[in-house]
Amino acid sequence: MATLTVPHSIPSPQEDCEQLHKAFEGWGTNENLIISVLAHRNAAQRKAIRQAYQATYGKDLLESLLHETHGDFEKLLLLWTLEPSERDAILANEAATKWHAANRVLIEIACARSSEELFIVRRAYHTQFKRSLEEDVAAHTKGDFRKLLVPLISAYRYEGAEVNMHLAKSEAKLLHDKISDKAYSDEEVIRVLTTRSKPQLLATFNQYKNEFGNAINKDLKSDPKDDFLAALRAVIRLICTPEKYLEKVVRLSLNKMGTEETALTRIVATRAEVDLKLIKEVYQSRNSVPLEKAVKHDTHRHYEDLVLALLGCEEN
Amino acid sequence: MADENQSLKKAFSGHGGFGVDEATMVAMVTKWRRQPDQKSCFRRDFSDFFTTIGSIEKCEDDYLLHLKTEFSRFKNIMVLWLMHPWERDARWMHHVMHKSYPFTVIIEIACTRSSEELLGAKRAYQALFDHSVEEDVAYHIKENYSKLLVGLVSSFRYEGPQVDNEMAKWEAKALNSAIKSAGSGKLIQNEEIVRILSTRSKLHLKATFKHYKELHGKPIEEDLGANLWLQETVKCIDRPAKYFSEAINNAFKEGADKQSKIALTRVIISRADVDMEVIRETYYQQFGVKLEDMITKNTHGHYKDSLLSLVGK
Repeated sequence: MATLTVPHSIPSPQEDCEQLHKAFEGWGTNENLIISVLAHRNAAQRKAIRQAYQATYGKDLLESLLHETHGDFEKLLLLWTLEPSERDAILANEAATKWHAANRVLIEIACARSSEELFIVRRAYHTQFKRSLEEDVAAHTKGDFRKLLVPLISAYRYEGAEVNMHLAKSEAKLLHDKISDKAYSDEEVIRVLTTRSKPQLLATFNQYKNEFGNAINKDLKSDPKDDFLAALRAVIRLICTPEKYLEKVVRLSLNKMGTEETALTRIVATRAEVDLKLIKEVYQSRNSVPLEKAVKHDTHRHYEDLVLALLGCEEN
Repeated sequence: MADENQSLKKAFSGHGGFGVDEATMVAMVTKWRRQPDQKSCFRRDFSDFFTTIGSIEKCEDDYLLHLKTEFSRFKNIMVLWLMHPWERDARWMHHVMHKSYPFTVIIEIACTRSSEELLGAKRAYQALFDHSVEEDVAYHIKENYSKLLVGLVSSFRYEGPQVDNEMAKWEAKALNSAIKSAGSGKLIQNEEIVRILSTRSKLHLKATFKHYKELHGKPIEEDLGANLWLQETVKCIDRPAKYFSEAINNAFKEGADKQSKIALTRVIISRADVDMEVIRETYYQQFGVKLEDMITKNTHGHYKDSLLSLVGK
């Protein structure tokens, strides 16, 4: 359920890159022109534009964007223009090297991507940072968080639909026993959450609720201040209903209650071609107000225009 | 006649060695046509595998099992030869969980294949068995070394030339501290050791091991003591040719067990197209005898011929 809107017929990458070049020329920058091009091209089209720009003007489009734009507008534009795997690699690198316990960006990337997508991110990470993602995460995290995050970002989950109900039952019980004992970072808990396929986990969480009455996340709320429990809940939420988890991140970001203002930028850039429409729907039903309205209220100028464009708003 | 008996015994793997000598067997069938007495005499002569009960020489069950294994060596090597390398690796890893292959096979595959080859093997595993290899290893191997094995099998190591030398030095020291502070039985569960061995690139680790020796006066394998899995991990990453050459030698040793012998096929098949020349050289340097000579001396029939072709002589 993407929100990105691409016109039926678009100019060639060559024409697009010439328009962008025009937008950079002279005094100031024509931000609206940039938005009208880049915010209405999909990943493959943006890649083609970048290649044409490099061939024509001898430099990376991103470099020009870096020089000609600033602030939140620049940040979103740069993230958006990148290929999804490069984008995730950069976000992951930032999250790993500046990691702290309340940072859940790595969990977002690890759990809200398919197995193949996550592998492509790991490959892009090699190219960009000359190290593996897992070695950076392992080196910058410790204790329980390392125990959880390293297998999480190294996961290559089976993507078939088969579910073993017997296993789902036994692993639901296992999780329940560990949670009751407050053994939240037990190896078995981590094993189940980081290696089982997503359909298998969904079945396990359903069994959990059927057998024990509470949704598993409810039982993981014993200490609202515990960052590790929050991390576990994030893993489960992102596996089951990523749009609900991401809506909350967006909501907190707009209320400036979240721990990072860049969350809105990150989620718009990473989900506009995925499920931003679903996130919008959750937002509307949760807050009784369309996301666009909250964005208009809380953001300004070109950043606001870019966000609205990526949210699929008609041009005014 | 005694000579004929000896040569047929040998053909039926009665004097040890790998495989059976198909050509000799068929020649004997021709030679002893319509001569049941000859065969009777042979059976009585072959007392290891036939026991006389009354007026017949009965075949021992052990011998039948032994023959099954030896006849299958050629079949196994040919089927494996045909298979895609990723499928081979996937099946071998699956055998660790389901056919009691030793855990070192997982270390071998996870550490001696390139990152892309390991990814291919994992994809093949999912296609064959409807599970990821990580979930199977984590689920079936509950011993204390599962952390290491899961880490190794999940890795997607950087393969470029860049190495942070300062970090390699630092981690050589960190490994030494970890080894000193953990009890010897607990080394394999130590988080720092597992982290470094299962996430760093191979070039980085080679540099780290080199620094370790320079800083602490001895190679890290010595300090890892009796920890077989950690030793194998280091060897597979640092000097895979040595690891493979030793695996081959173990297969030929007197009293080698079933798994050690199976390893001969696995090593030769999996390395034939990769680094067999290096392994041959290493084998000669380590054991003073040519690999092809060991094969000729200790194996029979089609199995021997296929090994010799794969080894490149």
